[in-house]
Amino acid sequence: MKKVQTKAPLSLEEIAQNASEDDHQKWDLRLYVAGQTPRSLAAFANLKRLCEEHLAGRYNIEVIDLMKHPQLAAGDQILAIPTLVRKLPQPIRKIVGDLRDTERALVGLQLRPGKN
Amino acid sequence: MSTITVELDSTADRALPKAPTGIPGLDEITNGGLPRGRPTLVCGSAGCGKTLFAIEFLVRGVTQYREPGVFMAFEETGEELTQNVRSLGFDLTKLVKQKKLALDFVRVERNEIEETGEYDLEGLFIRLNAAIESIGAKRVVLDTIEALFSGLQNEGILRAELRRLFRWLKDKGVTAIITGERGDGTLTRRGLEEYVSDCVILLDHRVTDQVSTRRMRIVKYRGTTHGTNEYPFLIDEDGFSVLPITSLGLQHKVSNERISSGVQRLDAMLGGEGFYRGSTVLISGTAGTGKSSMAAHFVSAACERGERCLYLAFEESPGQIIRNMRSIGVDLGKCVKKGLLNIHSTRATFYGLEMHLALIHKMVQEFKPKVIVIDPIGALMASGTRRDANLMIVRLVDFLKARGITALLTNLTSGGEALERTDVDISSIVDTWLLLRDIELSGERNRALYVLKSRGMQHSNQLREFLLTNRGVELLDTYVGPEGVLTGSSRLSLEARERAAVLAARQDAKRKERDRERKRAALEAKIVALRKEFEIEDAETALLATQEEDREDQLAEDRHAMSLSRQADQDNGNAIPRRKTNSK
Repeated sequence: MKKVQTKAPLSLEEIAQNASEDDHQKWDLRLYVAGQTPRSLAAFANLKRLCEEHLAGRYNIEVIDLMKHPQLAAGDQILAIPTLVRKLPQPIRKIVGDLRDTERALVGLQLRPGKN
Repeated sequence: MSTITVELDSTADRALPKAPTGIPGLDEITNGGLPRGRPTLVCGSAGCGKTLFAIEFLVRGVTQYREPGVFMAFEETGEELTQNVRSLGFDLTKLVKQKKLALDFVRVERNEIEETGEYDLEGLFIRLNAAIESIGAKRVVLDTIEALFSGLQNEGILRAELRRLFRWLKDKGVTAIITGERGDGTLTRRGLEEYVSDCVILLDHRVTDQVSTRRMRIVKYRGTTHGTNEYPFLIDEDGFSVLPITSLGLQHKVSNERISSGVQRLDAMLGGEGFYRGSTVLISGTAGTGKSSMAAHFVSAACERGERCLYLAFEESPGQIIRNMRSIGVDLGKCVKKGLLNIHSTRATFYGLEMHLALIHKMVQEFKPKVIVIDPIGALMASGTRRDANLMIVRLVDFLKARGITALLTNLTSGGEALERTDVDISSIVDTWLLLRDIELSGERNRALYVLKSRGMQHSNQLREFLLTNRGVELLDTYVGPEGVLTGSSRLSLEARERAAVLAARQDAKRKERDRERKRAALEAKIVALRKEFEIEDAETALLATQEEDREDQLAEDRHAMSLSRQADQDNGNAIPRRKTNSK
C-alpha cells in the first residue's frame, strides 16, 4: 500500500480563514487507482492540489493501488478508476474520474454547495 | 437421454467447443451447451427467470462439470440471492465455502457518486479478475450489467468499457452469461446485443387467456446449428428445465410384443392378444359409456405385470378415481401403494398446452412409465385452440412412441356429434380405436363396444355389449335378433325364451323316458305274473301226480291186504288191473 502522508505547515492566515468552518474536522480521503497510469497520476496531482487549497493541514490521503490489492475493491464498491472516496467526514462520498474539473470535485466533496 | 434429432453438421459442431449447461433440454436444443469461452446474452422481461437461469448454469457447472463459477450481481446482494435460490435446492453458501463459487455484489448508487473527468471501469475488471483467480473460475455470470447505466452517467465511457469487458472475458477464456432486461423493440434496453454477438437466448413469459407459459428461443448462436423454435420451459422445485419438443418424426422402433387390455374377452377381439406395446390406443364414446373403467382395467393389468403406469387425469382427483374404480372391482389403490401407479390430476385449464406437454414430458422422464393413460385427452382443448391441441397431441404421441410407451387416450364424444370423430381430430394418429357407444332399444340404453380400427392385427368386427359389474367390465355374447344386435332386456328376453325352449325340450325328453320306463316295468311285471301262474299250475300238476301214485300204491296195498285176507294166490292177486280202480 502506497501511503502518502502530507502535512502542510499551517499558516496563521489559513487557520483564520477556516475558523468559521468546522476546521477540526479531519478529512480522510482514499484514492483508488490501478497502476501508475497517466490518469491515476493526474488524479493524484489534482487531488493533492485541491486538498492543499481547501483542506490544508487536516486531510489524509491514502492511495490504494488495486493492481496490488485487488481484494480491496469490493469494500468500497469500486468500479471506476480512479475513484476518490471520502471516508470522513460522514457520509461517504465518491467521486470518479481524474478530478480535472475542480468545481465538480469540490461539489462532490461537499466543500462547495452544488445543485447536485 | 432423449433422442431428439435436430439436423446438424457434426463436424461444424466439433469446431466450436461448448460448455454444457446441465439444464435438462437446453443442451439438446443448443447441441451441447453454450459457446465455451465466450459470452452469451440471456435477455427477457422482468420475472422471466434470467437470474435463475444464470445461477443454475453456475451451480450445475460446479456440481456436474467441476467448473467453478463467479456470480457478479448488480441488483441483488449475495444474501438475497442465496435466499432466493435456496427454494430450488441450491445451497450457494456451501459452494462458496468449498471455494467452488464466488459471489460478488456490485452496488452502484448514483447519488453517492460524482463524476469529474476521465475514468474507466478498471475497478470492475480487477474485481472480476480477482474473483476468477481466487477459485479458478471457468464460468462467469454478470447479472444484470445494465444496472451500470443507471449508476454512471457517461454512457460513452460505459459503452467503450463494456465492449472491452466482453473482449476481456473472451481473452480470459471464461464462459460467461450476461443477463439483460428486455427493451422496447430491442432485445435489451441498452443494446447489449451489439456487444455480445455469439449467442443470444431470449426468455419469455407470456400470458394468453389468463394462462401463462414460459418459453425460450435461441435468437442466434454463431457458428453452430441450433433449434430455432420457441421451446416451453419450466421453473419448478428442481430448477430450470427446457422441453425440446418438436415433431419427432416417424422413426421410432416398433414392437411386436402384445399386452393385455385388461379385459380378457376384449383381448380376444383384438386378434386374441391385446394391444401392441408402444401403440397408441384411443377409447372414445359418449358420456358414461365406461371409458375410464376400460382405462382402469388397462392400468390394473399393467401394474399386475409389474409395469410402471402414469395416469393423467384431467377430470377426477386420484382419490375419486380409486374409489370409483373400486366399485367395479378394480383396486388401483393397491397399485399406487406398490409405487407402480402414479395418478396425476390437474385441471386442464391450469396451464397452457405447452406447459401440459412440458409437464407430461418431465413426468415421463422422471417416472419412466411403460404405460400412460390420459383421461380425457379432449380436456386439453380447454387450454388452447383446436389446432394447437391437435398439434400438441401429435407431438405427445410421437414423444411417447419414441420411448415405446403404450398410451391409452380417452376421448369424450359429445351428444349429437358423429361417433367416428374426436374432439381433437386425432383419429388418424392412433393405432387402435375402441368405440364405446350407447344402444337405445326398447326404451333403455345399453353399453356396447366395437373395435373401429386396430392396425396390424386381425380384429373382431362385432359390436359387443358389455356390462359394468362389481367384478369389472364383462363382455357378453352377441345376440343377433331380427332387428340387429340385441342388448339389454331384449337380449335378456331372448335369452329367457331360449332358456324356456331348452327347458321344455328337456322336460319332454324326460317325460318320454319316464313313459318308456313305466312300460318296461309293466311288461316285466306281467312276465313275472305269468311265470308265477305257470309255476303254480306246474306245482299243482306235480302234486296231483304224486297223489295219484300214492292212491294207486294204497290201492295196491289194500288189494294185497285183501288178497291176503282172502288167501288168494300171489299170481291172481297180480292179475287184478289197477287202472279200473283208479277211475273215480
